[in-house]
Amino acid sequence: MSEPILDVKNLKVHFDIRPSGAMPWTKSRKLKAVDGVDFKLFPGETLGIVGESGCGKSTLARAVIRMIPAADGTVVMFGRDVLGMGKRELQDVRKSFQMIFQDPLASLNPRMTIGEIIAEPLLTHFPKTPKAEAQARVREMMEKVGLLPNLVNRYPHEFSGGQCQRIGIARALVLRPKLIICDEPVSALDVSIQAQVVNLLKDLQAEMGLSLIFIAHDLSVVKHISDRVMVLYLGRAAEVAPAAEIYANPRHPYTQALISAVPIPDPHRTQEPELLAGDLPSPLDPPSGCVFRTRCRKAQAHCAEVRPELEGPEEGHQVACHYPD
Amino acid sequence: MVIDQTKMADLADNLAQMDEVKGRSLWQDARQRFFHNKAAVGGLICLTLVVLFAIIGPYFAVWSNEEIDWAIIGNAATMGAPSIANGHYFGVDDLGRDLYSRVIQGTQISLMVGIVGASISVVVGTLYGATAGYFGGRLDGAMMRTVDILMSIPYMFVLILLLVIFGRSISLLFIGIGLISWLDMSRIVRGQTLTIKNKEFVEAALATGVSSFTIIRRHIIPNLLGVVAVYATLLVPLMILTESFISFLGLGVQEPNTSWGALISEGAGTMQYGTIWQLGFPLFFFVVTLFSFFFIGDGLRDALDPKDR
Repeated sequence: MSEPILDVKNLKVHFDIRPSGAMPWTKSRKLKAVDGVDFKLFPGETLGIVGESGCGKSTLARAVIRMIPAADGTVVMFGRDVLGMGKRELQDVRKSFQMIFQDPLASLNPRMTIGEIIAEPLLTHFPKTPKAEAQARVREMMEKVGLLPNLVNRYPHEFSGGQCQRIGIARALVLRPKLIICDEPVSALDVSIQAQVVNLLKDLQAEMGLSLIFIAHDLSVVKHISDRVMVLYLGRAAEVAPAAEIYANPRHPYTQALISAVPIPDPHRTQEPELLAGDLPSPLDPPSGCVFRTRCRKAQAHCAEVRPELEGPEEGHQVACHYPD
Repeated sequence: MVIDQTKMADLADNLAQMDEVKGRSLWQDARQRFFHNKAAVGGLICLTLVVLFAIIGPYFAVWSNEEIDWAIIGNAATMGAPSIANGHYFGVDDLGRDLYSRVIQGTQISLMVGIVGASISVVVGTLYGATAGYFGGRLDGAMMRTVDILMSIPYMFVLILLLVIFGRSISLLFIGIGLISWLDMSRIVRGQTLTIKNKEFVEAALATGVSSFTIIRRHIIPNLLGVVAVYATLLVPLMILTESFISFLGLGVQEPNTSWGALISEGAGTMQYGTIWQLGFPLFFFVVTLFSFFFIGDGLRDALDPKDR
């Protein structure tokens, strides 16, 4: 395979948590939101990131593009080290990645017209773009995402959720980036609209050669769009594998539980979903060894002592478990 | 049902050539709601009339605001009542000066104090509060503690002392009112900024690489202008009241200039001699203006409140 456009190694994001009423000299506690994640993203590929709420999906994505400072690790994007670069260089790299957000309406400034919103990245990075050219680009993008170009002067509150998400996609595409990070782009939409938006993303990806990082907690959506899937649990990667492989043959006990819980539209299904006991442990005080051991049906003494690392062929099926199936 | 082929073709044609649709911004929505509010529109009309009176009024005046009518002086109670014949439309004051001209002049000063005070508060308070709220952290702490300290100073006391020490002057009054008026505004704006800066559209702008200053100017300030506008309209009467209070104490404007507060003070002092017009006319304008501002503020709040939608 070709060179990865994004190579993340051992990325860690820690937040300092001060208990309320703390004295200035009390040590703050470390919340390990992302605790050593590696992954690679290849051109034209879609990496799905799944996991339950609070497992660090969004934090991981934001740390990759330096919206949240990373505590440790390296992020190499297009062959350049993102975490170590200066402000000006970062601004230059920003042209080639964009982000799509969860709440379509909240991600659009209510006081700006659609045209202004879509043109903003363009005018931020190329302030000298002639007005006519910017207008043309905005219209082109609107057509691409299936909006009528004569709506440029409308305001976000005049659109539906699905249309707003299309506007968000148009804004992300206007600079013709190579990488788009989708942070739960369809979670706030109706199912029928979800399908439209996901298919739109797939079409645009094929047309423009985009790489996508697709964060979601809906496994069936991720299965539909992803080439590879990474399962996160408490800031750690539990399993990484090609999409078809992970759904057909999950090896990590957590992935198995997740996949068995996907609703199947069949009233006669007999297989009961495998329910996990307990809640996600606090990332302030993660379990020793394997972070999943407290809820794992196969946990043994060894799991509490040694932390399992992701093992398996790179670009193949990797799993972080001492006793995988 | 039969579909008329030509009509459908026409429709398709029309759709294809449809011009750019003009969107209705939130401001336009708000304006429409504002003009449906009868009290607010009434307030706006009254206020416009008062402002017109202050601007156009002088052209109809026969007497200036400092001229003493020697024919009337001393007999204000008997001969100084409002009359069209001798040109004293609102009567004369205790010294025989034309009250019509003096009310106009007082209106100009009082409105000026209100508008200048509110403008300072809008400009300084918005920028200060938005900066503190957006950057947060230590800067926010330092900026807002400064505001707390300034707020804890009993400003009326300081203002009166200043006026006593440096002499009564209208510019000092402007400075004094301007210095204190932005404190509340900066607090309100900071609070609003804290909620707006966590919205996803700010995050989107950050991810794109928009600079902090541009984010404040393009994304934060337009979204808090609604609150600012409402608060500013309620601030104008507050400024007028402050000025009137100080003038009522005899510390505000200097003779021969006057203001509503000074006129009301003088009128109140002579009302027992039967010259009720000396109190009535300035008080009328004062009350009408304050009510107008309050109704406009109310109307603006209803119009801009997103929960109403």
